Amino acid sequence: MAQETRNAYGEKIAELIQKDENIVVLDADLTKSTKTIEAKKVCPERHFNAGIAECNMMGMAAGLAASGKTVFASSFAVFATGRAFEIIRNSICYPKLNVKVCATHAGLAVGEDGASHQSVEDVAIMRVLPNMKVFVPCDQYETKAVIEYVAKLNGPCYVRLGRGKVEDVYNEDTVFDLTKADVLRKGNGDVVLFAMGLMVQEALKAAEELDATVINVSSIKPLDEETILKELKAHKRAYTCEEHSIIGGLYSAIAEAKAKTDITVPITPIGVNDTFGESGKMKDVLKKYGLTAEHILEVVKG
Amino acid sequence: MDNNELKKHALNIRRNIVTMVYNAQSGHPGGSLGCADILTYLYFEEMNITKDNVAGKNRDKFVLSKGHCSPALYAVLHEAGLMDEDLNSFRQIDSKLQGHPNMNYVDGVDMSTGSLGQGISCGVGMAIANKLDKNDNRVYVLCGDGESEEGIVWEALMAACHYKLDNLCVIFDLNHLQIDGDVEDVVGPLPLFDKAKAFNANTIECDGHDFDSIRKAFATARQTKGVPTVIVANTTKGKGVSFMENNYAWHGAAPKEEEYKIAMEDLKEVD
Ligand SMILES: Cc1ncc(C[n+]2csc(CCOP(=O)(O)OP(=O)(O)O)c2C)c(N)n1
Ligand SMILES: [Mg+2]
Repeated sequence: MAQETRNAYGEKIAELIQKDENIVVLDADLTKSTKTIEAKKVCPERHFNAGIAECNMMGMAAGLAASGKTVFASSFAVFATGRAFEIIRNSICYPKLNVKVCATHAGLAVGEDGASHQSVEDVAIMRVLPNMKVFVPCDQYETKAVIEYVAKLNGPCYVRLGRGKVEDVYNEDTVFDLTKADVLRKGNGDVVLFAMGLMVQEALKAAEELDATVINVSSIKPLDEETILKELKAHKRAYTCEEHSIIGGLYSAIAEAKAKTDITVPITPIGVNDTFGESGKMKDVLKKYGLTAEHILEVVKG
Repeated sequence: MDNNELKKHALNIRRNIVTMVYNAQSGHPGGSLGCADILTYLYFEEMNITKDNVAGKNRDKFVLSKGHCSPALYAVLHEAGLMDEDLNSFRQIDSKLQGHPNMNYVDGVDMSTGSLGQGISCGVGMAIANKLDKNDNRVYVLCGDGESEEGIVWEALMAACHYKLDNLCVIFDLNHLQIDGDVEDVVGPLPLFDKAKAFNANTIECDGHDFDSIRKAFATARQTKGVPTVIVANTTKGKGVSFMENNYAWHGAAPKEEEYKIAMEDLKEVD
């Protein structure tokens, strides 16, 4: 099946807010888009709309968390992480407060709204913050697992969610260990594809023809260096696949981990090449910017 | 230009707004229809913008701070003969008509917008530049009432008043609606008039669908010296399309075929 990760978030947060009286959900005039409306439907008294005021929303989140609440704060990724960056830095990460920034409409898959709304730098700017943990689930099942996981963690977390439908990688019975990078497919030892978010599905498609190993890196921070470096070493060539700038995201995280070692396996980034996106249907935009299985094949085959 | 001619232009603009969003099956018809009369007046009467100077810098400027209403901006530029782009390419891949306006793609677009609240600050910068350059060009900024919830809007107005930017005119599109519903139910940004007044702006109220009222407001703004003007324009979101009027569900939704037909029927002639 195909589902939007933001829908999975809405379902999960509605479930959690009923189970845990300590949870408060905040939004910034996008409750239907981010799906926090699902939490509002079942628990209106603990859902607050900050209005179109993302900075204030993050400040409110910090205050609520400083008073002991577990806070989920949502908006589009561009506004949640970009507009409110410095509030997240100084009022949430510095005091290590229990705020889960769950941002939807990340990446180029936003489509028609265009570059102003397509966040391709959110992972980079969240990853750089001390105390922040960063998760990029790839499908509905992993999203639900991540939301449940971050609700239990104490401290700031960033969860990157999407607007468009993505195919299932996992299923209802999957048992997740979110501290680990997940080896989804074992190849012939030649090529390894590290992927995050909706590029996991594309990497899996490309991997058939290449007989490549595919690894879903959904926890960008902390990074499971052990698995990643082990797999890197065991292959001849590595590629990172991300619907994000190749600066500061998955490629950077893995390259930084590798640089500390004596591993010489080359890593080639596949992602958004230091450019803004543009308007268009989701599939047209992803195709134009090379975020498809076909493009992965092209790059790997040379 | 008499009011009847303005109304005809506004009607064409509304038809194009709905058609663009229908073709793209994406975009924001409600707020675009609501500001169509104000944009018509700005481009056909108020601003010194022509086919000859549209590509240049020495003219009045307009910043669509509520950038999601790009259909209204593209449609008015088209209607005024200031832009050649194909309206049908709106929101499609490779088009210059981005979902939210890009100033590097279209000559008549004076600022790239889409992230709410920032356009008014940019307008303040442009007005200061005009003062530095000692020219008489004016700067117009259109903000949403929901948009006014962004703190930066008030930071910008504070600076505009402090620097006595009488060449700046900010219009608040008071349609009472934002994405999640009535602005007063969401977080309560009103009254905008009193707030702007408290910042010491020259504050004027007008009917955003009545060309006499709009004309009077802009004339007063132009004559006012030493302070910026804030026009609070009372408008109807979705104006002109029966089923879209005052319905926040049409903030960012595209009509289906049947709805499109009804809309075109509603926008058949000047009433
Ligand atoms: C900073 C920012 N936050 C959120 C959004 C998403 N958004 C687009 S339009 C809109 C509502 C705007 O309401 P209003 O300003 O009243 O516009 P209008 O009613 O005139 O369409 C929101 C929240 C955005 N574009 N920018
Ligand atoms: Mg409004």
